[in-house]
Order: sequence, then structure tokens, then C-alpha cells
Amino acid sequence: MMILQVKGVSKRFGGLQALSNVTVDVPPGQILGLIGPNGAGKTTLFNVINGVYKPEEGEVIFKGKNVVGKKPYRLAHMGLSRTHQIVRPLKDLTVRENVMVGACFGSQNLSLGKAARIADEVLEFVRLRERANQLAGSLNVGQKKRLEMARSLAARPNLLLLDEVLAGLNPTEIAQMVEIVKEIRTRNTTIIMIEHVMHAVMKVSDQMLVLDFGKPIAYGTPSEIANNPKVIEAYLGDSSLADQFNAELAAKSAATAE
Amino acid sequence: MTTQGTDAKPQNELLNTLLDNFKIWTKKLSHPGLWITIVGVFILGYLPIADQSPEAAFANATARESTFTILMSIVLVSSLNILLGYTGYVSFGHIVFYGLGGYVGLYTIIEHQWPLWKAMAAGGAAAGVLALVLGSAILRLRGAYFALATIGINEAMRAFVSNYDPFGGAVGLSIHFRVYRETYGSYQDAFLVMYKAMLGLAIAAVVLSYLVKSSKFGLGLMAIREDEDASDIMGVIPYRSKIIAYMLSAILPGMVGVVFFFKASTIEPAAAFKLHTSIEWLVMIMLGGFGTIMGPVLGAYGYQNLRTILLTSEFFKNIQLAVAGLMLLGIILFIPAGLIGWLRRHISFTRRVLT
Ligand SMILES: Nc1ncnc2c1ncn2[C@@H]1O[C@H](COP(=O)(O)OP(=O)(O)OP(=O)(O)O)[C@@H](O)[C@H]1O
Ligand SMILES: [Mg+2]
Repeated sequence: MMILQVKGVSKRFGGLQALSNVTVDVPPGQILGLIGPNGAGKTTLFNVINGVYKPEEGEVIFKGKNVVGKKPYRLAHMGLSRTHQIVRPLKDLTVRENVMVGACFGSQNLSLGKAARIADEVLEFVRLRERANQLAGSLNVGQKKRLEMARSLAARPNLLLLDEVLAGLNPTEIAQMVEIVKEIRTRNTTIIMIEHVMHAVMKVSDQMLVLDFGKPIAYGTPSEIANNPKVIEAYLGDSSLADQFNAELAAKSAATAE
Repeated sequence: MTTQGTDAKPQNELLNTLLDNFKIWTKKLSHPGLWITIVGVFILGYLPIADQSPEAAFANATARESTFTILMSIVLVSSLNILLGYTGYVSFGHIVFYGLGGYVGLYTIIEHQWPLWKAMAAGGAAAGVLALVLGSAILRLRGAYFALATIGINEAMRAFVSNYDPFGGAVGLSIHFRVYRETYGSYQDAFLVMYKAMLGLAIAAVVLSYLVKSSKFGLGLMAIREDEDASDIMGVIPYRSKIIAYMLSAILPGMVGVVFFFKASTIEPAAAFKLHTSIEWLVMIMLGGFGTIMGPVLGAYGYQNLRTILLTSEFFKNIQLAVAGLMLLGIILFIPAGLIGWLRRHISFTRRVLT
């Protein structure tokens, strides 16, 4: 059984068709990479999945239930958690308290005592343990990204939506974060990962979905995606990403040539 | 993560849970800040009534009056702090709960000869129910819209009560002095009872705000304050939590209204729903530090003492509210975290004792 099924979802903002007829199945335990140029509707798809926006058309089936119209907190209780592209730390609470919110109110509905234990564990995992007593507002960008990650992990989700957790990180931090993502997967958490850092997302994804102007234009394994002319075309409007893509392609073909 | 392994050993899990709860409660109840505040409030309240002889009643009359006012402010602003400080929702019209509580309490005392404690329970319950009903309607609003709605509600309630005959309409309600004599011996004795009731309420307010703050529910409230949408996404149920917070912040003020107007022996709409007092409540909370336990207590103490000084000065007597407004402005501009908030932020060891 699929953990998540998105069926023919469309979402409009005024005159803008942010998503049109998006369909995708996510089997449990997999990592789905979600890519596409800026404004393609990736974050909007997350917002539709976790109940922030209600789609005009289509269904979102999470763990066998249609969740369209359910509030975000209901989805959190059902075992869905997410990070935000633009980090949203609870600034005047400590780092530990931030993570405890995730643990207390997520799928496990933990007591404060248990939540504190989980929080320390998860903070250790994302290497923020030493910062536990600091106010979340005082962290730097990389740390805030890891806090987002810790908070959503503490909820013990079945499905984790990661929205550009690598953006704004330096290469070392990216490598660390990729390790974290891989580690999460070994624990049987399903992940959908929006990412612009191609080499990273290609490395961890089982399947990838490409959106362009709200439409799904390609779906397949990372190597299928990297060789898909439609995808390359979609990225051509965005030269830096197109370059990344071509580099990726070159690397892949070099690897196959060997 | 690693606790997944413990699923296989349920006894262990139970033991861990018990141990966790035990640790949490001992940690909670052994916080020095809680006890400093409780003892402080108790001493403040006890000193003027330590000597209960009739002569002392006369000698300490002024101290009792002013301490009564301070204790009352402690209850009101500590309660409001649950909504304003923890949840981040400003209520300008919070006085409505005090006014309604006062009316309901006096009504039960006059019409049904209820004793004070029972009238207080009625006043508190009425305030809680009002908060539940109003909250359900206006807590879908955010920020300034909510704040404005609370003003509207207070004004609407004043207009309603002014035309509501069981509450005496525009004239209000008065208690016959006979009531104090028959139940308590004399007004002096009755006052002592009210004073102790107010002291009890002040300590209850401190304990309540501490328990809320150190609970899971309180953590949810603070998450709402920091970012309501993010808290929703993490599984906090904002609407329901806000309504409960609103009720918790309304009940004790409702009880205070009963005690205060029982002491005044009379209540009328203008006195019960005095909107401008809300500004003073805000000054007290912001002065001490919103979202803290000690802040509202210190703020109430500091502000009420200052107010007494202002009221005895020829010059400041008539512009006392303007001074309050300016103070509020100054605090927000220069020490937005308030006294306790500032200390906690800048002098790290204070975090262990101040709360
Ligand atoms: N709340 C909103 N109201 C109006 N338009 C919106 C809203 N949210 C998103 N949009 C628009 O919908 C489109 C898709 O936005 P979305 O944030 O989903 O893109 P994205 O693929 O996540 O892009 P990026 O890679 O830049 O994060 C954009 O044109 C955006 O301006
Ligand atoms: Mg986005």
C-alpha cells in the first residue's frame, strides 16, 4: 500500500495555476525527490499535502485516508511532518523547547518528560545538542535548518516533507545533512524532498518527480530524470540550474563510460 | 529513534514514564522562582494583617487598603498574562470578566444570600463561560482584530447590563450593610475575610500561571505566540488552545470582581466595565515582563506603589493615566522584555531563580 497518493491535484492562486493535475504515488520507505525551477509549485504541493491549502480539485490520500480539507494539526497527529523552506524557529523558546513542541504535539502525543528525552536524542542526531539551552532566534542559518529538521523528526513522522533543507548551507553542512537524510531513511521514514542541490538529491532519491509551471513533466529514477530532455529543457530558463544539470549529466555519462 | 527498541519491554516503558513524571514534577515544584514568588506574595499580604486586634485594624487601615489593591492587581494581571504573555493575544477588554463576575456575585449575594465563597465561585464560573462563548467567536481573529473585538465586547456588555433589570440597569446593585453585620459580625470583620480571599486568589494566580507555563499545554501556547501557523503544522490545535487560555485568564478576574464589589458594597456599569483600567494592566505586565511568572507580580507591586505616589501629588493627580500611557510606551521602546525578561536575558544565572 502507498503511504501517500496524490491524485489529480490542482491549486489556483487567483489567475495563477500553481498546480495542475498533479498525480504521484509514494510507497513507504522511499525517498521521493521533488525538483523543478523556481515557482514550479513544489512548496505549494507540500502545502496542499499537509492541509495548509485546500486544492480545488483532486485528492490527497495519506495512509489510506483522503485528507483534503483536514487541518494541518490533524495531519501532524496522523504522522506527517515537514520543514519550511524559510525557516520558522520559535524564536523566544530555547532550541530544546522547539524540538519538544514537535515531540509533544506530533504523532506520538508525548508527555513533556518523554519529549525532553526525545528532544535531546534528536538534537544529538542533528548535532545541535550543545545549543539546546540557547534561544532558537540566536542560531545561524545552518543551525536553524537543522533545528527545523530536528523538530520534524522529534514528531516521529511516517512521512517527512523536507523543503530545501540544503539551501544556504556550505558544502560541509550539505554533506552532513545528506548523511542525516540517509540515516532517517534507514529508520523506515518515508521522505519527500524538495531540493535545488542536484547532486545531493540525485544521490539520495529513489524516485524523482519534476514539476514545471505546476505540471508534472517527468517521473523516474534519478538517472532517468538526468537523461530526460524535457527536464533539461525546463531548467534551461534557469541557467545556473541548467549548468548544474549538465554537470550532473556529464558525471553520470562518465560514470557509465567507465 | 533509540526508544523504538524499548517497545519490546512494556514494564520498562511504564517505569520510565513514572520516573519521567516524577522527575518532571519534582523539577517543576522545586523551582526556586515559584517559591520566591509565593512566599513574597504571602509576606506582602500577611504583614498588614499579622496583628488582627481591632486597634491594629485601625492603625493598619491604609496599608490594608493599598495591599488589597496590589493583591487584586496581581490576580488580574497574572491572569491576563496567560493570554497576553504566553499566547500572545492582547485583550484590551479583559475588564469585562471582572465586571461580569462582580455583577453575578453581587446578584447571588443580594438575591440568594449566598456566602462570599459561593458568590466567588459563581462569578468565576460566569466569567469562564463568557470567555468560552466569546472566545469561540473571536479567537478566529488574529492580532489587532482580536484586540479590537475585546474592546467592542466590553462596551457591548456595559450597554447590555445598563439595560438589564435584574442587575439594576443603569443604577446597579447595592448590598445592605446589614449583610456584613449579620454574616461576619461587622464590616471590619467582613473586610478581613475579603482581604484573605484576595490574598488566596493572588497565590492561586501565581500557582496557576506557573502550572500552565510549565505544562505541555503551556508549551503549546508559547508555540502559538511565536508562530501560530507553524505551531498548527507541528500539531498544536491553536483554536482550542486559545479558547482554553482565554477561559483560564478570565476565571480569576471574575472572582476578583466579586470580592472587590462586595467590598465596595455597590456595583454600577461605569465602575464595573471601566475600559481604561486595561491600559494599566498592560503597563503592569509589560513593566515586570510578559510571559514570566514574577513579572506581573513585580509589575503590579511597582505600578500600584507608583500610582499611589502620583495620586497624592497635586501635579500628577489628574494625569495619572497619561503617565501610565507614557510608561507603556517607554517600556515597549526600551525594555520590551520587561524587568524579569531583561534580567533573564542578560544575566544568565538569574534564569535559574527568576521565572
Ligand atoms: N499564498 C500564495 N498566494 C499567491 N501566490 C502564491 C502563493 N504561494 C505560492 N504562490 C505562487 O505559486 C507559484 C508556485 O510557488 P511555490 O512556492 O510553490 O514554488 P516553488 O516551486 O516552491 O518555488 P521555489 O523553488 O522558488 O521555492 C509561484 O508563482 C508563487 O508566486
Ligand atoms: Mg519552494
